[in-house]
Amino acid sequence: MALLLPILVFGGLLVGLTIALSLAERVLINYGVCKLDVNNGDREFEVDGGQTLLSALNESKVFIPSACGGRGSCGHCTVTVLSGGGPVLPTETPFLTRVEVRQGVRLACQVKIREDIRIKVPEEILNVKMFAATVSANHRLTHDLVETHMRLDEPTEIEARPGQYVQLQAPAPEGPVYRAYSISSPASVKDEVELVVRLVPGGIASTYIHGLEEGDQVIFTGPYGDFRMNEEPDVDIVCIGGGSGMAPLKNLVHTVTARWPERKCWLFFGCRTTQDIFYLDEFRELEKKNPNFHVVYALSDPLEGEEKWEGETGFIHLSVDKHLDVSDRKRQAFLCGPPPMVEAVMKVLEGKGFKPEDIYYDEF
Amino acid sequence: MTELSPFVILIAAIFTNNILLANFLGMCSFLAVSKKIETAAGLGAAVIFVTTATTAINYGIYHHVLTPLGLTYLTFIVFIAVIAAFVQFVEMFVERFSLGLYHALGIFLPLITVNCAILGASLFMIIRNYTFWQSVAFGFGGGVGWTLAIVLIAGLRQRMRYSDVPVPFRGVAIAMVITGVMAMAFMGFAGMVRIQ
Ligand SMILES: Cc1cc2nc3c(=O)[nH]c(=O)nc-3n(C[C@H](O)[C@H](O)[C@H](O)COP(=O)(O)OP(=O)(O)OC[C@H]3O[C@@H](n4cnc5c(N)ncnc54)[C@H](O)[C@@H]3O)c2cc1C
Ligand code: FES
Repeated sequence: MALLLPILVFGGLLVGLTIALSLAERVLINYGVCKLDVNNGDREFEVDGGQTLLSALNESKVFIPSACGGRGSCGHCTVTVLSGGGPVLPTETPFLTRVEVRQGVRLACQVKIREDIRIKVPEEILNVKMFAATVSANHRLTHDLVETHMRLDEPTEIEARPGQYVQLQAPAPEGPVYRAYSISSPASVKDEVELVVRLVPGGIASTYIHGLEEGDQVIFTGPYGDFRMNEEPDVDIVCIGGGSGMAPLKNLVHTVTARWPERKCWLFFGCRTTQDIFYLDEFRELEKKNPNFHVVYALSDPLEGEEKWEGETGFIHLSVDKHLDVSDRKRQAFLCGPPPMVEAVMKVLEGKGFKPEDIYYDEF
Repeated sequence: MTELSPFVILIAAIFTNNILLANFLGMCSFLAVSKKIETAAGLGAAVIFVTTATTAINYGIYHHVLTPLGLTYLTFIVFIAVIAAFVQFVEMFVERFSLGLYHALGIFLPLITVNCAILGASLFMIIRNYTFWQSVAFGFGGGVGWTLAIVLIAGLRQRMRYSDVPVPFRGVAIAMVITGVMAMAFMGFAGMVRIQ
């Protein structure tokens, strides 16, 4: 009895407090159903309050980019909130400029739905769909790159432009994350999406993709990205990249050469060593068939021992400098690779007479 | 102590026996959240609510449950459980009605749980043998006193952003110094009323 009494008293107190807190939670954290209006009445949804805007949008099948899966670390999930978003949170400010804050731009994963809310997203985002697909092949290209083919199950077709990307869902301990991967299959292929993925040591999504096998089910959303290839046949296309930046370039090259065989098209690709070379034979074959297409690979590391290499050497911007002439022809360039490469190539291109608005780049 | 009116205790708790400036309780969140007046006032409001409510409840539990049953040795654990539950409630409340404040306070809102000013208020009430209304007045006054101190310091620190503080003193160092100066200023109230 002497032992039971304190236990009962303290236990009773805890039970009482727990009941009180649970009741408070019911009342305070219940926001009811709220209206979500997208693009001024273009789409309207009823969503449960209390969740984030990002998850409400996903639930309503409006897929906005969200590489970090809603942890507030990528800054991709921006939308313009017209009303009902509450104050901008300290977790958002690092990703927003002052002008954006004034326009009402917010990170959807940080905005909590607590009342009716009106938002604006780019028209294109409304065309983004979620795809279920089956891996049909996963080839190894080099020691750290794979080419992954995914056959679409539902919906069965994708309408994407070259340079656009999808966000693949990868399982992670704290819930799925999404990572961006550029589509490497040409725009004419509609029933399949091909990716070229580099293994990032310890990376969640890239490790997952490298481990995929034929027959595995995957989920991704897309297409995203606002790059628009110039569609005039007399405008040259110049593709420059390195490392895992191959994916969108391969797509561009195949799309351009198939659609406009008489259009001038360049591909510059930088590798470190002969072990990193991939797709070169395929592009040389294309070059033979199509005299308007030129491919240049360059190795940045010195050759080892017995290795043979008759292509260019040094960083890729040096090859660009050597092969392109200064001219005021209309040309459009697409760069894709690590930031220092992008920076060095930009300088060279501007020296060659490219206008800044004709140079598009993706850094990764 | 029964002769002191609750009103005198209220005034004393705010000015002469300011829990922060006289007892130096609740210093950590005081130093961390005293950079902006609005957030300081927000945290202060939460502290006022929690101290007032917890002294009242703890009074009831101590005098009507623990003492009659001879369980006063459970005092600390019981008080802490009550305080923790209240802070949890305040956190839900702030998240619901002021998300901006919720994020501005960040970790310091749940940390009110272990704000020593709050447990201090409940313990002083027992040591000093207050009656129920004296306890509530002391709890409320203690919270108001703490809030007064943090808001005053926040006001000073906000202005100090534009003043030329010597480099080694910037940040927490100068906040400590001005807290000390303010504590001395509060000693000027000492003759007004006396509790102890
Ligand atoms: C528009 C766009 C298109 C992209 N297209 C492709 C593509 O076609 N092929 C491809 O392989 N990748 C592409 N990426 C990069 C890809 O989205 C992932 O960032 C990358 O695969 C790493 O993800 P993870 O989950 O494996 O690693 P995480 O788990 O995110 O990260 C693991 C570690 O690697 C670091 N890290 C994260 N990303 C990178 C990176 N890109 N480079 C170096 N270190 C990094 C992190 O800081 C962390 O320390 C693209 C990115 C963008 C924004
Ligand atoms: S999803 Fe990454 S910041 Fe919102």
